[in-house]
Amino acid sequence: MSKTTDALLDGTGRFLDDRLRTARPVRGFLRKIFPDHWSFLLGEIALYSFIILLLTGTFLTLFFQPSMTEVVYHGAYTPLRGVRMSEAYASTLNISFDVRGGLLMRQIHHWAALLFMAAIMVHMLRVFFTGAYRKPREFNWLIGIALFTLGMLEGLFGYSLPDDLLSGTGLKITQGVLQSIPIVGTYGSFFLFGGEFPGHLIIPRLYIIHVLLIPGILLALISAHLFFMFHQKHTQMPGKGRTNTNVVGAPMYPYFMAKTGAFFFFIFAVLALLSTFAQINPIWLFGPYNPSGITAGSQPDFYMGALEGALRIMPAWEWNVLGHTFAFNVFIPALLPLGIIFTGAALWPFLEQWVTGDYREHHVLDRPRNAATRTAVGMAAITFYGVLWLEGANDIIADQLQIPLFTLTWIARFAVFLGPVVAYWVTKRICLGLQRKDAHLLEHGVETGVIRQLPTGEYVELTRPVDEETQAVLEYNRVGAPQLPASPAAGDTGEIPAPGTRGPLGRLRLGLNRVLTEGIPIEGDGHGNGHGDGHGNGHSAPAAVTAGEQAATEPAAQQGGTDGEETGH
Amino acid sequence: MSETEGSEQQLPAGNGADELPESRAPHRVIGTPPPARARTLLEAPPGEGEPPAPRELPAEPANLPQAKRAERVVAALFILSMLASIGFIAAYVGLEVGTVSGTARSNLVLGLAMSVAFGALAVGAVIWVRFLMPQVELTEERKPLASTPQQRAEFAKTFTEGAEASGFAKRKLVRRTLIAATVPLALAPIVLLRDMGPLPGTSLRHTAWRKGMRLLVYGPNTPLRPADFAIPGQMITVVPDGYQDNLDALAKATTIILKFAPGQLLPPTNLNWTVDGIVAYSKICTHVGCPVALYEQTTHHILCPCHQSTFDAARGAKVIFGPAARPLPQLPLGTDAAGYLIATSDYHEPVGPSFWERG
Repeated sequence: MSKTTDALLDGTGRFLDDRLRTARPVRGFLRKIFPDHWSFLLGEIALYSFIILLLTGTFLTLFFQPSMTEVVYHGAYTPLRGVRMSEAYASTLNISFDVRGGLLMRQIHHWAALLFMAAIMVHMLRVFFTGAYRKPREFNWLIGIALFTLGMLEGLFGYSLPDDLLSGTGLKITQGVLQSIPIVGTYGSFFLFGGEFPGHLIIPRLYIIHVLLIPGILLALISAHLFFMFHQKHTQMPGKGRTNTNVVGAPMYPYFMAKTGAFFFFIFAVLALLSTFAQINPIWLFGPYNPSGITAGSQPDFYMGALEGALRIMPAWEWNVLGHTFAFNVFIPALLPLGIIFTGAALWPFLEQWVTGDYREHHVLDRPRNAATRTAVGMAAITFYGVLWLEGANDIIADQLQIPLFTLTWIARFAVFLGPVVAYWVTKRICLGLQRKDAHLLEHGVETGVIRQLPTGEYVELTRPVDEETQAVLEYNRVGAPQLPASPAAGDTGEIPAPGTRGPLGRLRLGLNRVLTEGIPIEGDGHGNGHGDGHGNGHSAPAAVTAGEQAATEPAAQQGGTDGEETGH
Repeated sequence: MSETEGSEQQLPAGNGADELPESRAPHRVIGTPPPARARTLLEAPPGEGEPPAPRELPAEPANLPQAKRAERVVAALFILSMLASIGFIAAYVGLEVGTVSGTARSNLVLGLAMSVAFGALAVGAVIWVRFLMPQVELTEERKPLASTPQQRAEFAKTFTEGAEASGFAKRKLVRRTLIAATVPLALAPIVLLRDMGPLPGTSLRHTAWRKGMRLLVYGPNTPLRPADFAIPGQMITVVPDGYQDNLDALAKATTIILKFAPGQLLPPTNLNWTVDGIVAYSKICTHVGCPVALYEQTTHHILCPCHQSTFDAARGAKVIFGPAARPLPQLPLGTDAAGYLIATSDYHEPVGPSFWERG
């Protein structure tokens, strides 16, 4: 580096350090290690989509008029000239046709919203299937669920703003659902809309919620999410030299900075490319909102599809009791399915801790196959959501596949319950099969294809042990959890069951434990620790791993016993 | 950054001037400029007795010829990005919008320029990282997140002392009156939201239809005689005369009329409310309120395009399939002195989706 640059850097560094004492913390920041894996980029996609949403959204606010005042259109789009419409719709047409780059920004904004939600979904699945939500990262898991829920709301309100026929129909559905909620629904609807639907207040109200309230909360939650991730350090995939007490990867400066910057540009480029060639939400084709009109094949954005499907799949159940209406056909599908998924997801880390008795910190990720039951539960949830999501487009599917619409809905009504069961069972079998394959690889090595004849005349195929990296990956955390204080075997040997396993709740816990820790043990492990768990091993899979063996199976367990936390039972 | 603790690494400490051992730190009088050595944040000059600390990151990548080639590619990509950005600005200035074709052209060129500008930067930066930077893998130790028992005890002590000093635990009167003061304060913002909208009252039970009000065909807004609507199997949307531009009224009052051949209309259709086989139903779906816009004349099925609730138009619009729980309400029809179709009253039940007070 040149003398001038040196002097400049030196001067800047001194200036900052004299005032803020930055040398030590910033050095730590620059040397922070980021583990590398393709799946760690999913959250970054969501983050960068959000930034792009803020940038393009700010541009759109410069031109958009959140007003339902009626105007007559005189803009560039000739088919709608002379048509009465709200200012919101007219200004959206102006953004599309009269503002240079306006259409591009509008389309990037919409595509980025879809990418934001899609990335959050896939990121959450990654976190779930690899067990990244486990202690100490439960807060970030809960923040993620909140971000996803808020993102749905933000998207719904956002695509309602142009006040075109499609978005107005979506708003009418939203209003109908709100109105169906027992006791408070009618009042909620009148307060939100400032009276009867559609009124003249909903667009300005949704606008301020969409551009200030929810983005503010999202920004705060995302900051907390990133801060926790940074503070707790990133998880890593199992591998040679990677333990629960280290982080292996490239440093923040210059590697991660350059890579993540490149990734931001890449996402911006992809969104720009999509917005150049793939038209999205051509509101000028739908016309202004009118409660008498509708277009066939109305579809919400994809992240609302499961809610839409739930509304379509529900039988027409409604009660009238003592002068009041329980519209089960509306508020049950609107609240229950996603309620089950989000509540279940939020409780899962704590349920898993209680069932497995595993209260330790986890920084090395599980391979999904090694947590067969968790993976199976996740696949069941995906199937449940997926059936509802597909049902949200049942008219289009029926049309494309030439299946009668009613038949398709009946199929979905059964599939939404049976599908998850099948998915659970199939996934679990596949996971256990993969575990068995891994165990076989570890015990017998890789087949070389070399056949040798023994002196006895017998033919055998030579095998070689797997390489160290593969061995480290295969061995890590084979059966995800330690045993409960008293395993089922304890009863057989006449030991006194531990307090946590008595009573109906304790029996439930033991039963769930057996299911949750099911896995294929690695026999004849080469670590020389024997089967020292003292429980008369050999009855079932969960007994194969104890806390002691756990430590030993960790590759390069150099820190022996510094696993920190008491397991806390 | 509060990250200092966490990012400690098992790496040799840097030998910046601020980390000189105490004994070697230059002594100086306050107010005089520090010696040159202490002013640099960079490596200490070599040859002063201590060997330079080993580098954590190599200065050069392993494959130098490859790096040389990569450098040229990266530079080319960055130049491409620069040209694309200039192109973006040029297209912004040069390409008119204001027509559909102009907008399409502008969108295409601006979008392409933007994609190339960002894409070339992205690819260039990736090649830079992969081939110009030496590949490293560093290990950072991870400390348990939990504080030590001693730190926790210190915290507990500080917290308890503070609580005691504040008297919050001991002075019940202060504590309870404070809590009593915050409860109504928390209610105030909720009360403030009251004026966001009027109370529902009975507004959901009525529509704009009144006795004698003509049916206007939606769109052209013309009244209709039964003879103008003579072909069985048709469905048209009508709105109340005088409310054709009132969206709030249309949201409830929009109605469909259907023409049936004699004898086709069956109970529970109220035949007294029909005129010459013309029957009128609310267009607002009883599920969540979409307009029921699709009509299949061979089966007399009215289908809501939103959630596929299906109603039998010949039988009082009763529900045949789908999530709607109630038939579409029927509007009583008649004709006025001039022979035009009119409503003989408002709907006799609330139209549209269910609500708690509906009963």
